Amino acid sequence: MTMQSTAAVPQHSDGRGGKRRFSVAFEPWFYLSPALVLLLVVLVVPLIFGVSYSFRKFSAFKSEYVGLGQYQALLHDANLGQALMNTLWWTVASLVLQFFLGLGLALLLDRPFFGKKVVQAIVFLPWAVPSFLSGLTWAWLFNPIVGPLPHWLVALGLKSEPTNILSDPATAMWGPIIANVWFGVPFFAITLLAALKSIPSELHEAAAIDGANPWQRFVKVTLPFLAPTIAITVMLRTIWIATFADLIYVMTEGGPAGSTNTVATYIYVSAFKTLDKGYASAVAVLLLALLILYAIVLIRIRRSLVRYS
Amino acid sequence: MASVTITNVQKNYGAMNVLSAVDLSIADGEFVVLVGPSGCGKSTLLRMIAGLEEISAGEIRIGERVVNDVAPKDRDIAMVFQSYALYPHMDVASNMGFSLMLRKTAKELVLDRVGAAAKRLGLDVLLQRLPRQLSGGQRQRVAMGRAIVRDPQVFLFDEPLSNLDAKLRVHMRTEIKALHQQLKTTSVYVTHDQVEAMTMADRIVVMHDGVIQQVGTPLELYDHPANLFVAGFIGSPGMNFLPAVVNRMGANVGAQLTDGQTIAIDPGLPVEDGERITIGIRPENIEVGGTDTLKARIEVIEPLGLSTQFYTKLADLQVCIYAMGRTDRKPGDTMGIGIKASDVHVFNPATGQRIEPKA
Amino acid sequence: MIAGRSRKARILGSIGLYGAVAAYVIFALFPLFWTLKISVTPQSLLYSEGITLWPSSATWENYKTVLQATDFPRYFLNSVIVSVITAVLVTIIASAAGYAMSRFSFRGKTTVAVTLLLTQTFPLVMVIPPIYRIMGELGLTNSLTGLIIIYTAFNIAFATFLMQSFFDGIPKDLEEAAMIDGCSRSQALRRVIIPLTLPGMGATLGFVFTAAWSELLFALMLISSDSQKTFAVGLLTFIGKFAVDWGQMMAASVLALIPACLFFGFLQRYLVTGLTAGAVKG
Repeated sequence: MTMQSTAAVPQHSDGRGGKRRFSVAFEPWFYLSPALVLLLVVLVVPLIFGVSYSFRKFSAFKSEYVGLGQYQALLHDANLGQALMNTLWWTVASLVLQFFLGLGLALLLDRPFFGKKVVQAIVFLPWAVPSFLSGLTWAWLFNPIVGPLPHWLVALGLKSEPTNILSDPATAMWGPIIANVWFGVPFFAITLLAALKSIPSELHEAAAIDGANPWQRFVKVTLPFLAPTIAITVMLRTIWIATFADLIYVMTEGGPAGSTNTVATYIYVSAFKTLDKGYASAVAVLLLALLILYAIVLIRIRRSLVRYS
Repeated sequence: MASVTITNVQKNYGAMNVLSAVDLSIADGEFVVLVGPSGCGKSTLLRMIAGLEEISAGEIRIGERVVNDVAPKDRDIAMVFQSYALYPHMDVASNMGFSLMLRKTAKELVLDRVGAAAKRLGLDVLLQRLPRQLSGGQRQRVAMGRAIVRDPQVFLFDEPLSNLDAKLRVHMRTEIKALHQQLKTTSVYVTHDQVEAMTMADRIVVMHDGVIQQVGTPLELYDHPANLFVAGFIGSPGMNFLPAVVNRMGANVGAQLTDGQTIAIDPGLPVEDGERITIGIRPENIEVGGTDTLKARIEVIEPLGLSTQFYTKLADLQVCIYAMGRTDRKPGDTMGIGIKASDVHVFNPATGQRIEPKA
Repeated sequence: MIAGRSRKARILGSIGLYGAVAAYVIFALFPLFWTLKISVTPQSLLYSEGITLWPSSATWENYKTVLQATDFPRYFLNSVIVSVITAVLVTIIASAAGYAMSRFSFRGKTTVAVTLLLTQTFPLVMVIPPIYRIMGELGLTNSLTGLIIIYTAFNIAFATFLMQSFFDGIPKDLEEAAMIDGCSRSQALRRVIIPLTLPGMGATLGFVFTAAWSELLFALMLISSDSQKTFAVGLLTFIGKFAVDWGQMMAASVLALIPACLFFGFLQRYLVTGLTAGAVKG
């Protein structure tokens, strides 16, 4: 037997031991520091500046503090009102179409069929296309000179003559929405496909043995499993779409007559083309506040959705 | 080769105490098995010897050297991991030679040593393969080979066989033991499987809740378990435990069960008349038929061919009996059983400690 | 597959399946096909055959003009420079950060993770006005350096999550085995961890390259001189100037698609990991 009882020995917290512990605490920060510094300088600092700009008025060579003046101006800005409505329409339409088409695609790709690998590569391809090219490509497709779409719309009886829907304020928003759907469906499909693959197949088999038909299996097994992924994806995607300005800028620059102007393009255009960065910043703060509000609501909903798990 | 001395070693994660005041001396060339249920601290202790976990307090020596603040690479140890931890991007030969190469050993010597180890483990035809091209058993051998090539002071094994199927596990067990008998390198082996511990160890260290329960040779632990935990942990099927009250009748001492039946115990034990005790009896120490002073009712019979296991009710508790040969008894029968006083282990039910005869 | 459906139902089911698959494939490919088609249509046929599926005679003339007679080769080069440098920088910085997030537990780790996630979700339009001013004051407008700094910062968080997931995929045992075998921590990193993370770094490199290649708004805002334009900016100004030369524009677009498609082919198998790790990247 070697169970001796020994008096406590002195601890080795001095000298090397101490240094080693210090370096262990320091090491991760050393690796993280370049990333953190960059984020701080290029994102956080400008963000703070941005908020402070929203209390100032900028003109050619000077800026002055105007308190809540810019925010008061927001209230009387008819363009902004229209931009908010356009943002809502643009976001909801894009999101709903992307989501359902993406879910459909994910469900298809979750089944075995001939040539699946090639099909998967092709249907995900739009995701890799730079967004400015997606915008340009669709803008051309809508152009009656080089694009077939106006002519097809006429053939289908949806239009009386082959004009560009992008130049008609009533229909212009559909252009960027369709381009956005084309570009965004793969994202939803990939995310939902990953979630679908994580559902154990035994669950479907057990449900089938219990007598559930395919629709019941989808509603009772698949959907509850996807719900958390859906909630988080939809939330992040909403924020992303609402602030995504590339497509609209490329296709219509917010026109005609402001009919496709969203808050994001409005910020961009006012920051870029007018001198008053203060006003643009106030609009940006407003957008951020709305998005935070939205995220809070969605997180609440998600919490009640996943309570059972 | 070297001894390993662990003195008053502790491990805390914040307020949580994982190991409390562990003392253990492992002699040069000894094969020691740390065994216990998961979460008992055995792996933590092994990883502290390896230098993969910081030591909260106390001291670990390998040979004469205190290694508390020595990096793993300078401790001259080799370790076999449960997952084998083979480098996926290196072939078998490079996996085995990696440690020597890091020490800038001459190339020919590395090849020699790897070749010799590979031959010994039957890996010589697999040297150019990548780990993913090997079977589970072959990977396990490569992990062993990587340890052997080092010729280290101490071998550390962290549940090295638990990812193998039952048959291969039994085979590798024998092989590791044979290897140790050839190499005589000090070895510390962690497992949760008491059969592995019993078959391989020179000495077994039973751990529970971060405390060493008992250290001893396999048979010492089997015959003289220090407490209820060790008694229940070592041996399969496990020891039967029954609560009883001491009944002194002159020179004889009996343990009276809750149903009134009495089992004779060693009269030399320092127990008082009327004292509550827990008695432990190993299944193979109960004789079927026997002196017929005790009666047990058969509930389930498991014929194993060579032997028979009875699950019976005695004083309303399940008691397992292991008998050689076969039986024509039926479930529901009541049978007489005999137990020798010297085979009855007696424990203090409050402390769980074994009660030994006075010296 | 669950058995027990009638033969007829099964045939109808597979017609529906293949029909739906075909619809998605056509939807995905048609716009790209059309760009390619116009790019090989001779100028003379554009108005007569602009909307037929394939021109009666195809030509490489548009590509030749784009490559020889316009500034596109320079834009292309600028885009390559910006995207490659950004991708390399981000991969190095994110590998270090991802390694720290994967292999160490330290005080403030959760805060770092949450901060990274937040920077991922917050709208970049927020920082357009201040960045425009700050870059102006630093003299970094009209320079590729300014773009590289901005792109690097914007891609760090996503790339860090991606790299962390790759490091998480390497068992800790391997590192410990290496340290017992005689490696210091940095040797273990160099000889065991990094070789095993190389595919992950390749994927990160590709994702970031694609993102930088696609970026438009910051480039448009910061770059005005012709010599510094990226491909995206060049293409847009090209439209402004010569709005009628469809063939050349589409030829240039097809050229801009090539690197993106090349990386896509390579990145395909990482899509699922990448998007679940970053969760928000377009």
